Amino acid sequence: MTDATPARVQAAGWGWRYAGRKRPAVSDVSFAIEPGERVLLLGASGAGKSTMLAGLAGVLGDADEGERTGSLLIDGAAPESRRGQAGLVMQDPDAGIVLSKVGDDVAFGCENLGIPASDIPARVAEALEAVGLEVPLRRPTEALSGGQKQRLVLAGVLAMRPGLLLLDEPTANLDPEGVAEVRASVERVVDATGATLIVVEHRTPVWVGLMTRVIVLAADGGLLADGSPAQVFAEHGPALADAGVWVPDQPLELPVLPAAPDAAESVLSATGLAIARTSRTVVRSGLDVRVPRGNATVITGPNGVGKSTLALTLAGLIPEQDGEVVAASPLAGRGGRRPFRWTSRELLTRIGTVFQEPEHQFLTQTLHDELSVGPKALGWDAARTASVVDALLERLHLSDLALANPFTLSGGQKRRLSVATVLAASPEVIVLDEPTFGQDRRGWIELVALLQEEIASGTSVVAVTHDAGVIRHLGGHRIVLEQAS
Amino acid sequence: MSTGVEIEEKVRGAWLDGVNPVTKLVLALLLSVPLFASIDVVSGLVAIGLQLLCLPLTGLRWGTVLKRLLPLVIFAPVAGLSMLLYAEPAGRIYWSFGFATISEDSVSLAIAVSLRVLALGLPTILLFGRTDPTELADALAQVAKLPSRFVLGVLAGTRMLGLFLDDWRTMGLARRARGVGDRGALRRFFSMAFVLLVFAVRRGTKLAMAMEARGFGSGIQRTWSRPSQLHARDGVALLGGAVIMALALAAAVALGTFRFVWS
Repeated sequence: MTDATPARVQAAGWGWRYAGRKRPAVSDVSFAIEPGERVLLLGASGAGKSTMLAGLAGVLGDADEGERTGSLLIDGAAPESRRGQAGLVMQDPDAGIVLSKVGDDVAFGCENLGIPASDIPARVAEALEAVGLEVPLRRPTEALSGGQKQRLVLAGVLAMRPGLLLLDEPTANLDPEGVAEVRASVERVVDATGATLIVVEHRTPVWVGLMTRVIVLAADGGLLADGSPAQVFAEHGPALADAGVWVPDQPLELPVLPAAPDAAESVLSATGLAIARTSRTVVRSGLDVRVPRGNATVITGPNGVGKSTLALTLAGLIPEQDGEVVAASPLAGRGGRRPFRWTSRELLTRIGTVFQEPEHQFLTQTLHDELSVGPKALGWDAARTASVVDALLERLHLSDLALANPFTLSGGQKRRLSVATVLAASPEVIVLDEPTFGQDRRGWIELVALLQEEIASGTSVVAVTHDAGVIRHLGGHRIVLEQAS
Repeated sequence: MSTGVEIEEKVRGAWLDGVNPVTKLVLALLLSVPLFASIDVVSGLVAIGLQLLCLPLTGLRWGTVLKRLLPLVIFAPVAGLSMLLYAEPAGRIYWSFGFATISEDSVSLAIAVSLRVLALGLPTILLFGRTDPTELADALAQVAKLPSRFVLGVLAGTRMLGLFLDDWRTMGLARRARGVGDRGALRRFFSMAFVLLVFAVRRGTKLAMAMEARGFGSGIQRTWSRPSQLHARDGVALLGGAVIMALALAAAVALGTFRFVWS
């Protein structure tokens, strides 16, 4: 990476208001970042961290897209005029990949910058080596794991030899292994290139060791704090934690639930179970699993091992390929004790499922209607439906948004709503797929507390998760899926 | 994993792999348009036969081709059926009911039309059976000189299709989980289609941002790390296509079955 020059960033009273919005997403931000500094950019959700990074990457667009104030300069020039000088990695690994083969994708940025074709192969090889991604150039990008995809995006950015690296929650959607891979790659890269680094990330413990400076955006404009990590966390730790940032060494005030007693009876069980997402491609077979009543059951294991498939199979949504999921006899429906044979309506009061992406399960235009879907399908009268819906809105702090569209909520609110839609029908079992993915500290605490309340009231909870905190605080029973060799 | 197999198949290069995708597009036209001149059994059969003889050049396996032909084999008789029943009757009349008449002429026309559907579909299967979309895009931009913004935009967009398929499947499961999976399939379809549209817009926006962040559309003259060029082989391929068509039509004329469509 010879000709990458670390960039200097300067913001002076900078702000941006998206067209059609009343309030600016970012306003009145001033700072100077010297070449080679490593900055962790923090702020409550909605403080405009992603907008700040998009501004630095020069992808906010022109006056049609919004209105800017003040100035934001990279090496003294507007970011839009310095293509390739700032490289951006976004949260969703699938969003950053452009082409379908590894080598082609890394080359994409170089081609756009007009680098002579003869120089590109060397740059591609160099970038892939820098991030430690050792796969054939012809490997299809969709065959990569989440951590590999993020490293590929990073390589695509590096091949342009940027002086400024911008990472927008690069590890929020990854399993622990992926997080470690990406963290190690970034460290190698900045050590080798000396590039200026700006990272936005809620999970600060992962990144703080690499950082030389922390800048905190205030929700109402300007900066809340700016200084060394130790100094900022010492002065603003509790305030940041309240704003949703995972500050190192801030304790969680949540009880740790005990392991499930061996004597607990099973609400769901299966022996010799073979599972497949779509028929014929069996991902696991010979599984003996059980879900104890009134406890949490946590399903863990590496990516791609079939955790989600197991959860959806236990939830009666996809058919078993071999063996059979059997529910406890009080749960039997007209079609018997096998959940997959139950009707959709029977499933509602027996097993509720919260999907990984909340939007996949939203059906209506307002939160109020969304929560009424289950009760209506069950044929409850208006009064009963209203009392359930109002109580849930209250309990999940969503009352003010009763008439808002579910698609317009924040990430944390969407997650809570998706759980609430399931709770509305009070099912015996709740199955959740990665419930804490991408959640900030505040959303995380609310969600885990909610699940603990459900367990306390006798509901059986099944959660697929990578999150050590979830595993610890839910306790109960564990199903560990090992990598099939 | 299936992807690994595909890579291996690709490594064993076939003659046709060296033909530029733009040439293949022209070839597909060359192998189909002349067939519109006549509806008869002979030209269709000869074209199909000669094209299948070229199979070793394409690097495709018989099994693969037959599997891809299957939908055509099923639907070709449907096209033939209307001819069988409603073509202008001539020759011996076998069966008649209302407007529908099966005559000697309509039988031969029905067979000819069915064969024609196959003969029109086969070149596309043979030519594009293993053409990589990226290679096609490179050729369209560099050889056919289509605007690179458009071509690369479409190419990047096609990568999203797989994600949408997953979305659709998950949304179906989610509707069952939410208690609305028993009835109202049509309504469910439209609600899912709407959400998919929302996802499409959002993914598209993110993709555009990712591409822009990597210098796409910056106004700098783009370079191509995968150059796409025409070679002598492209000429040979076009000549071969022309010969196949000439032989097919000549055979029909020689055997007296040539039947100009507009006569």
